[in-house]
Amino acid sequence: MSPTATTSSAANGNVSAATAAAAARTADAGTQPVTFAKALNSALADAMALEDSVLVFGEDVGVLGGVFRITDGLTKRFGTGRCFDTPLAESGIVGMAIGMAMNGMRPVIEMQFDAFAYPAFEQIASHVAKMHNRTKGRMPLPMVIRIPYAGGIGGVEHHCDSSESYYAHTPGLKVFTPATVRDAYLMLREAIDSPDPVIFMEPKKLYWTKEQVDLEALRLSHETDAVPPTEGRAAVARSGTDATLIAYGPSVSTAMAAAEAAALEGRSLEVIDVRTIVPLDDATICESVRKTGRAVVIAEAPGFASVSSEIVARIQERCFHSLAAPVLRVTGFDTPYPAPKLEKYYLPSVDRILDAVDALQWEEGA
Amino acid sequence: MTTTEPRDAIEQVSSKFGITPEDYMLPARTEIHMLDINGKLHPSGQQGAEPGHEYPLPSPKALVDAYEQLVIGRRVNDQNSALVRQGRMAVYPSSHGQEACQVAAALCLGENDWMFPTYRDTVAVMAKGVAPMEVMAGFRGDWHSGYDPKQYKVSIQSTPLTTQLLHAVGVAHAAKLRGEDTVVLAMCGDGATSEGDFHEALNFAAVFNLPVIFFVQNNQYAISVPLSQQSVAPSLAHKAVGYGMAGERVDGNDLVALLAVLGRAVRLAREGNGPLLVEAHTYRMQAHTNADDATRYREDSEVQGWIDKDPVTRMRTYLADAGLLPQDTEARITAHAEAVATALRDGMNSENVPDPADLFAHVYSTPTTQMAEQAAMLADELAREEDAK
Repeated sequence: MSPTATTSSAANGNVSAATAAAAARTADAGTQPVTFAKALNSALADAMALEDSVLVFGEDVGVLGGVFRITDGLTKRFGTGRCFDTPLAESGIVGMAIGMAMNGMRPVIEMQFDAFAYPAFEQIASHVAKMHNRTKGRMPLPMVIRIPYAGGIGGVEHHCDSSESYYAHTPGLKVFTPATVRDAYLMLREAIDSPDPVIFMEPKKLYWTKEQVDLEALRLSHETDAVPPTEGRAAVARSGTDATLIAYGPSVSTAMAAAEAAALEGRSLEVIDVRTIVPLDDATICESVRKTGRAVVIAEAPGFASVSSEIVARIQERCFHSLAAPVLRVTGFDTPYPAPKLEKYYLPSVDRILDAVDALQWEEGA
Repeated sequence: MTTTEPRDAIEQVSSKFGITPEDYMLPARTEIHMLDINGKLHPSGQQGAEPGHEYPLPSPKALVDAYEQLVIGRRVNDQNSALVRQGRMAVYPSSHGQEACQVAAALCLGENDWMFPTYRDTVAVMAKGVAPMEVMAGFRGDWHSGYDPKQYKVSIQSTPLTTQLLHAVGVAHAAKLRGEDTVVLAMCGDGATSEGDFHEALNFAAVFNLPVIFFVQNNQYAISVPLSQQSVAPSLAHKAVGYGMAGERVDGNDLVALLAVLGRAVRLAREGNGPLLVEAHTYRMQAHTNADDATRYREDSEVQGWIDKDPVTRMRTYLADAGLLPQDTEARITAHAEAVATALRDGMNSENVPDPADLFAHVYSTPTTQMAEQAAMLADELAREEDAK
């Protein structure tokens, strides 16, 4: 089932925030408006051009180019041996990718939607995550499982899950989730190069957002190691002094919009983009929280037993004496992802983030 | 990429045998036997009487070599079960009674071919050449697996049922894309054919026309549940036709027939005719593992009936009657099996203390910051324990 293309993100202002960020960038020579989807598509094409062992397969990724067009043109350019459709079976796709990685390939496979990856969970949890450890590193599995995830697109049930906690909870998997067009390109290239298996979670509401980016310059900088890696390195997406907003993937643009709004009220918020959930960059997060003394963690996934609860716990363990207030969270409710007309009530919004910031005990803590 | 379309592959190979694609894909009307239970060779013509299902007798040398592995396999099974009873090994799922399947699975493969075994396929793994003590690392509790899959082209012994069949498909697919001559043999049991990954693996292998042999050892039980509660298909081999591949069923206690049927299956797969499914009809003579009590779900009389079909006895009788087993040959084989058993006993008796630091060393190619912190914590605990001594 395809998602409807209607966006219901007016409630949280995500798209407008990203658009504003893009517009604010100065247009360098060679830069042009590039969508998140195009950046991913270019990353796949560049990796395939560089290395014959990089293969792309999944459901509808061939002639159609994927339901989100992330694999557009790859079959035409590289042939059906390099980018091809499989029978409709997610466990089969992941299981076959494992065998290919065992035998010299670097498969980059697509799960069509977050919830459609669940049939492959056994292969992911029992083999993708464990093969390296089980064989003491003798059988590495260099493979990438791309998963369009999270909501904000008015999608129907099973098309909007934030499933990152399942993977992050499984030792042996790396979990990447880009929040900008630039990172979409660089992080996917890095994931494909990684000797470890990477669950690459693509916030699907960002697919159509644009930034001014020079893709050729990005390609060169990646292939010449001119840019520092993103793995294990959170980004300071916006500097601030009063409190830290910690977000990843689809929630970063919401956090940025909240920081923009807070600035108008005279409050300076720092925004941390986690980028790689596993491995997690404790240092950057804690450095920011120690500086500001206050933090709100934002995520679309239900908060219970989640990545957001893990981040809060780690801040508490490491930054307790720097905290002026309890660390708060703005997350999805502990309910199944709602029907399209109700998602605006469920998703973390700018207002809900600002309310949480307001509740950080400013009077007592100052 | 040059490939034969799966549909064309079936048409081409069936026309070579002069039969219809349907007759090629369907197993013979009865399972393939070559030795009867008294170790007598069936007259030729009865060894698969139907066109397209005739199997030539393997060479005398192939039969004697296989018998040597069969004797070793039986000795390994019995030695390991004894080590478990003595408390020197945590667990051992024995393939006692299934050794003919184990040996044929290994011997049908060439140097570049891969095997994907299960936890019960230890004898097959050793017969493919993996060093016995490396195989035993998992069963003695040192680590989850002890050998290098790439070195031996033998994957880890899979515990989750049929998940490894898809890995086999992937290895074959990668080899095919690079134009390499690699056949992959993927093993599972009768109960495993109920798993979803069994279906997905067979379907993928057929759609991509890959050289994979799916070898099902139907030993009648999935722990306690009999085959009748897993499937009501005419046979497990009949499932092949649903995927557009050939199926065959064979007496799993008849090493001669197994070598013939698996040998041809590997040859057909190597020639680009796509995957095949081979079901071997055998019996798990012992309990599922040492933790299981088989008397709770099956009668002794049933087990007794299978003793008469013992694969080792049948093969020995046949070879002896055919004059292929002179005394010195038999003595050499017995001594070889005893040497393997001795090496297992000695290996199990040697103390091997796993390094706790290994807990963190192999989860990722490079330990994460968090892993390094936890490794340091454990190292500190151990150092303090040492100081306290």
